[in-house]
Amino acid sequence: MANLIDLTLSDLVNKVKSKEISSKEITSAYIDRSKQSKKLNTYVEETFDSALKFSENFDNNPNFKKKLPGIPLAVKDLFCTKNVKTTASSKILENFIPSYESTVTENLWNEGAILMGKLNCDEFAMGSSNETSHFGNVISPIDDNLVPGGSSGGSASALAAKLTPATIGTDTGGSIRQPASFTGTVGLKPTYGSCSRYGIVAFASSLDQAGPMTKDVKDCALLLEVMSSFDPKDSTSINFKRPNYSSNLNKNIKGKKIGIPKEYTVDGMPLEIEKLWEKGKNYLKDCGAEIIDISLPHTNYALPTYYIVAPAEASSNLARYDGVKYGFRAEGENLIDMYEKTRSKGFGDEVKRRIMIGTYVLSSGYYDAYYLKAQKVRKLIKNDFDNAFNKVDAILTPSTPSSAFKIGDKKDDPVSMYLNDIFTVPVNLAGLPGISIPAGLDKNNYPLGLQIIGKPFDEQGILDIAYSMEEKINFKLKTNDWWIK
Amino acid sequence: MSKDQYLIEKNGNKYEVIIGLEVHAQVLSESKLFSTSATKFGSEPNTQVSLVDAAFPGMLPVINEFCVRQAVKTGIGLNAKINKKSIFDRKNYFYADLPQGYQISQYKDPIVGEGTVVLDLPSGPKTIGIERLHLEQDAGKSIHDIDPSSTLVDLNRSGVALMEIVSKPDLRSPEEVNLYIKKLRSIMRYLGTCDGNMQEGSLRADVNVSVRKIGTDKLGTRCEIKNVNSIKFMQMAIEYEANRQSELLEQGNIVDQETRLFDTKKNQTRSMRSKEDAHDYRYFPDPDLLPLEFDDKFIENIKKEIPELPDQKKNRFIEKFKLSPYEATILVSDLETSKFFEKVIEKSDVKLSANWITGELFALLNEKNIEISESPISAENLSKLINLISDGTISGKIAKTVFEIMSKNNKDPNIIVKEKGLKQESDPKALEKLIQKVLSSNDDKVKEYKSGKEKLFSFFVGQAMKESKGKGNPQMINKILKEKLNG
Repeated sequence: MANLIDLTLSDLVNKVKSKEISSKEITSAYIDRSKQSKKLNTYVEETFDSALKFSENFDNNPNFKKKLPGIPLAVKDLFCTKNVKTTASSKILENFIPSYESTVTENLWNEGAILMGKLNCDEFAMGSSNETSHFGNVISPIDDNLVPGGSSGGSASALAAKLTPATIGTDTGGSIRQPASFTGTVGLKPTYGSCSRYGIVAFASSLDQAGPMTKDVKDCALLLEVMSSFDPKDSTSINFKRPNYSSNLNKNIKGKKIGIPKEYTVDGMPLEIEKLWEKGKNYLKDCGAEIIDISLPHTNYALPTYYIVAPAEASSNLARYDGVKYGFRAEGENLIDMYEKTRSKGFGDEVKRRIMIGTYVLSSGYYDAYYLKAQKVRKLIKNDFDNAFNKVDAILTPSTPSSAFKIGDKKDDPVSMYLNDIFTVPVNLAGLPGISIPAGLDKNNYPLGLQIIGKPFDEQGILDIAYSMEEKINFKLKTNDWWIK
Repeated sequence: MSKDQYLIEKNGNKYEVIIGLEVHAQVLSESKLFSTSATKFGSEPNTQVSLVDAAFPGMLPVINEFCVRQAVKTGIGLNAKINKKSIFDRKNYFYADLPQGYQISQYKDPIVGEGTVVLDLPSGPKTIGIERLHLEQDAGKSIHDIDPSSTLVDLNRSGVALMEIVSKPDLRSPEEVNLYIKKLRSIMRYLGTCDGNMQEGSLRADVNVSVRKIGTDKLGTRCEIKNVNSIKFMQMAIEYEANRQSELLEQGNIVDQETRLFDTKKNQTRSMRSKEDAHDYRYFPDPDLLPLEFDDKFIENIKKEIPELPDQKKNRFIEKFKLSPYEATILVSDLETSKFFEKVIEKSDVKLSANWITGELFALLNEKNIEISESPISAENLSKLINLISDGTISGKIAKTVFEIMSKNNKDPNIIVKEKGLKQESDPKALEKLIQKVLSSNDDKVKEYKSGKEKLFSFFVGQAMKESKGKGNPQMINKILKEKLNG
């Protein structure tokens, strides 16, 4: 079956259930293609042999009641996977093999999915271009000199290059939605507390959320449905009734009120992004939705707030990587010397930068001026959204202020890199669900995405809106397989 | 100014000592504060360590509700304000036995606010203010003396729940510190929230000491003596520190605010780090944990579980049993002692019971250096012994002999008395006969007595007791002798 890799996740599930294709056929096809695609540098750990074995086991003893029956998936290397190396793309964890499984991946395997391998990402998910990985940068299948975005760059690249039928990422400030936007794929960050953080290498605990990355909206709903669960092992997990997102999916959004925040028109935003946004509004109108201008007055403070809160939490979360218990250790003269050498050699520049920022903003004398103030502003940003959601059902914005940039372009300019997250970061600060869907191409034929932001726990609402827009947009991701010899 | 005030005298100047304690009390709980690992003391190193305790990537803390209840219970026992909302913070610092790189503690919003502890001083009761009580994780243990070239780490203790109980600077002498720690321990043992075992490290304290010239109000600069694990060492450290600081001030120097350690070999404190070198712990609310919130009902339910506490029990003993405040204080200071006492008096005379427990029994326990729960004499048998005295079967003197035998085998005193033939002779006829014999064989002494030498009465008593081989009922011998000699 030549076009097996072109099928969506939902199609594959149906074809397995109707016994048209076997798990092994799917798994072999993706493994073969993954093997031919090393150039993209998407995998940091391959589990092809065990995946094939699992697929054979599935075929010998199939359970068609599962939601992901025998479906092979590669996942971001931030999820701890039992007995499979988990590095967070950092040298400091380069040989770390967990004895436990993250709740989110456990949910996937419980529904019949099979692990194909671990995907590259920015080191500890800190980055917007997948250039901070200890295992080298990931290349976008869109073009050979293009970043796939980050931090879930390996996931986005692997998905767009059809090396996995779907994948999962984590999103702290846009790490799912921005790479999805850059690679012409769908990515959703759920409401904070929807997906368990247990077993996910922590970056910023109050912002981190796992989410699906897929070829289309229907796949996104299906994968979210499997990932999302209440987990007593995560104290911030929220116990709410999780709908069957995929079977509830509904294109009828007539009468829905969609807000357009005026503050998201930022200086220097390319005209094509503005045009894309305009197009998005028109699609929504065509679907019968009502467009309403809204204001999110504290938007300007979101990025600085994020770059205080996230590094502060990260500086503390990463303190455990000290060379004492597991992972990389550089020998030293004494304990302090060992710490210094281990952490100097074990962490990359961007991680060190954020640890230092975080340490600074929490330090005595600066705490009130930075961390405490940032927490207050975060509350104001949340209030902005609460007020807006009194008037509208969802909010439409561009996913990013530009299309994908060239490898190396922003590597030495962290602030310009950080600016990439300007539309995604407020959503994390407010703990809201947000989805990025491909909506068009720029002048270079690079994909552009639109973001739909929803009320807390209204993943269904934004999926429905995305589903109806998807039909109108009718985006087709085209790659010419240039990376396959 | 009371005459027993504790003062340091230097060149005729008198200095008052101001002490505040931060007591770390291990919560009595089967499992740790944020994980399900066991907390048993003395297990093989690193056998009670979960992935959470060892801070593996992606591991998250989940609060142990039982530990929260224990802290609230302790707060109630300290007459303290219970905060219905409190927050867990991270205290960030690097150390080999701190796997997370931070300790989860409570900083600005502790679970328990202000309370009080009453000390029974010889001069009367004194109330010590409690500033706060908060929950926090213990660290692991670094072991430097097993391997010459490396440090070993045991994480069994890592994550064990501690209550940090901070007093106001209301303590004024090493003796008050002694009473304070004992009272605190007694309250927690009554509540079952901390076993108070200092040898096992379940109770330790940081001691804050400052001095000021008597008559002045302003508090002096304090030094904190870290992690002292016995009352004796606390007292020695305070004494040393009070003298050191007074001497400094006397010589016109200033006291540096610093953290010090008590060297148990030299019995001295020494500087550990100055204020300038103090850690910047970068406290901030732990984003892995929601604020701890509960309602009035939660507190009310815990209140229902609060047993009678030492102060209440003491008042009951005084009122109901007419014990002296001194006796009552001693009997309630330890829950097991009070239970033992109440068991004994179920069937025995209260006053005699109090005397025997605080006298003979305490002396025996002291001598053997054991707790009352390990007493070789059971409450039942002590009660029987006391009843033998009350009903005149044996004299108090004989009772001591019986007690001595009981301490070796915890035999029923009735059996001992029977076997050894120690029963008191109380038959008037037999005693009369015996006394007659003594008088007859001491004619001359009888004459002397009758002519006014009344001192000889005790001689007759002694002779009669001797004749009875020590078993004669002393009261009756007295009575009969008096009748015979004066009649």
